[in-house]
Amino acid sequence: MGQVIARRLRKEFGEVAAVDGVDLEVRDGEFMVFLGPSGCGKTTILRMIAGLEQPSSGDIVIGNRVVNALPPRSRGIAMVFQGYGLYPHLKVRDNIAFPLRTQGTPREAIEKKVTWAASILGITRLLERKPRQLSGGEQQRVALARALVREPTVFLLDEPLSNLDAKLRTSARNEIKEFQRGVRTTTIYVTHDQVEAMGLGDRIAVLEHGKLRQVGTPSQIYEDPADTFVATFLGAPPMNLLERGELIEGFRPENFLHQDLQQKGIQSARYAFTVQRIEYLGNERILYGLIDGQRNGAEYTARMSSHVSEPVLREGETYPFTVHPKNLKYFDKSTGKRLPPARNEGRA
Amino acid sequence: MSADFAAIAPPSARRVRWSLDHADFLGSLLVAPAILFIVCLVAVPFFLAIYYSLSAYNMGTLSFSFVGLDNFIAVTKSEIFRRSLMNTLLFTFASNAIALVLGKIAALLLLREFRGRTLVRCLLILPWAVPVALAAITWRWMLDSMYSVINWVLVHSHLVPAYVWPNWLGEETLAMISIIVIQAWRLFPFSAIIFLAGLTSVPKTIIDASYVDGAGYWRRTFQIVLPVILPIMMVAMLFGLVFTFTDMSVVYLVTKGGPTNSTQVLGSLAFQVGILSGDVGRGAAISLYFFPFLLVATFFLLRYLRRREI
Repeated sequence: MGQVIARRLRKEFGEVAAVDGVDLEVRDGEFMVFLGPSGCGKTTILRMIAGLEQPSSGDIVIGNRVVNALPPRSRGIAMVFQGYGLYPHLKVRDNIAFPLRTQGTPREAIEKKVTWAASILGITRLLERKPRQLSGGEQQRVALARALVREPTVFLLDEPLSNLDAKLRTSARNEIKEFQRGVRTTTIYVTHDQVEAMGLGDRIAVLEHGKLRQVGTPSQIYEDPADTFVATFLGAPPMNLLERGELIEGFRPENFLHQDLQQKGIQSARYAFTVQRIEYLGNERILYGLIDGQRNGAEYTARMSSHVSEPVLREGETYPFTVHPKNLKYFDKSTGKRLPPARNEGRA
Repeated sequence: MSADFAAIAPPSARRVRWSLDHADFLGSLLVAPAILFIVCLVAVPFFLAIYYSLSAYNMGTLSFSFVGLDNFIAVTKSEIFRRSLMNTLLFTFASNAIALVLGKIAALLLLREFRGRTLVRCLLILPWAVPVALAAITWRWMLDSMYSVINWVLVHSHLVPAYVWPNWLGEETLAMISIIVIQAWRLFPFSAIIFLAGLTSVPKTIIDASYVDGAGYWRRTFQIVLPVILPIMMVAMLFGLVFTFTDMSVVYLVTKGGPTNSTQVLGSLAFQVGILSGDVGRGAAISLYFFPFLLVATFFLLRYLRRREI
């Protein structure tokens, strides 16, 4: 059983709480992504699960055991590090075999397992090479193979793609997803890249300042953000937020439409949007501008498909823009927390 | 525009600017002092020593008659030379081995966070930084046959009976042990610093990976950390070995090679024969005797390191 539970997990470094009371359950076989800006505590949680850091308080449960007192090797986990952490002086074969040797696995069994793991990841022809002779993508596969041979109950991946260039990252991301689908092992994946998180995760845990902000499927996180942090952390450009008395009103740039493009017969919210700058991105355009009646300097964005030719919009002009009421979210101004939808209807 | 300025500028200024703009000229100019330094202070004495070693040159005759390898042959036949050679090998390898172990221990201790770590780090450098003459005098006092503070401690902790304490510098085996220990004491700060640099350069993810992969202390040390820092350690070892092999300061200052040549090393013997006794040719032969071996050893070690670089 590869279920992982964090209970009131807390970690202090000096006077700073890097992880501040996190409660979280990762289900068996699930691909869970920890997402947050750097310094949000996501890697620290992962390292506590691995046993590389001791929690200041709280429990970590793997399977059905509290593992706080267990060393990393007894936790049934395997980890892939940022930069992979391959042993530079050992051949690929010996890198993969290393965790088996420490367990005293018989030689023939090691041989078999290394061959097995290498064939799953397609690196059989690289076995006699040193890590430095491998490309970034190949190193990642070696790191995955080294994690795989232990047949762990949980895989922990700490920003494994951050050392790859953008193009390789896309293919490596697919490989990881395929790999996890194949082995069906519980996987926890740490990243600060929302595209990775959305693409990979069965569920995403969004963290900020050591606190868990929201856990949910990618669409839940995107469509129903729990607070203004999650709303603005996901999406590029992020959700537009407007002050409305005691409330904050939010809507996504793709739902912010010129009134001619809005569905007919809907009583939608209306805004006077002054377009300041238009960014052409090929398949779409991003409009940057001001909304009448909002505080100075706050810039709002609208996304428009490049295929839409009418109406023609120009920089410097003001246009009537609208948002469909179902796409409006409301947040409490003081706490930033999302308000229940029931309250929305009264406002719209 | 720049062409116009060049035309206006006086010819001498133009020449200066030309020379500053040309890497070939400026580069040679800047590197010249270093080359001059090496030629005057390393190359000339070295070739002079080779020349001396092949001639019957001594303080009395001052004649440069060429004698071929006679000096080397005579030296090889000498009992004292052979003894010195064995002493040098023992002295070099034993003191370096001890320095390596002590250096590793010191480095591991200094990696930890504790109060006053900076102070301890400074103190640790002392044996290496202190002038060897000063250190040698202190050691001679500590190992003195009458006033040895080490013996005083041994007697007062009832480890040895009074008045029959060890005569550290007066007995052959003890004298050898003494100079080995002193040399190790001098060398270990250097090896500790190299170890420290090596240990801190090991990427943390590799250490973390070894924990997750289930390696215990010994496996992590001998299969991961040491192999990763091996190249850096080899350079430190090479320095230590060559330095000790060609060095005479500790031996000469503490025992003068005695008692009865039991601690004589090649460096001190060469000095004694070549300078004190005035047989320059033979002294040069002694000091050059092991040069080819050191050269070959260094060559292969460096080549091995370059091939294996990780």
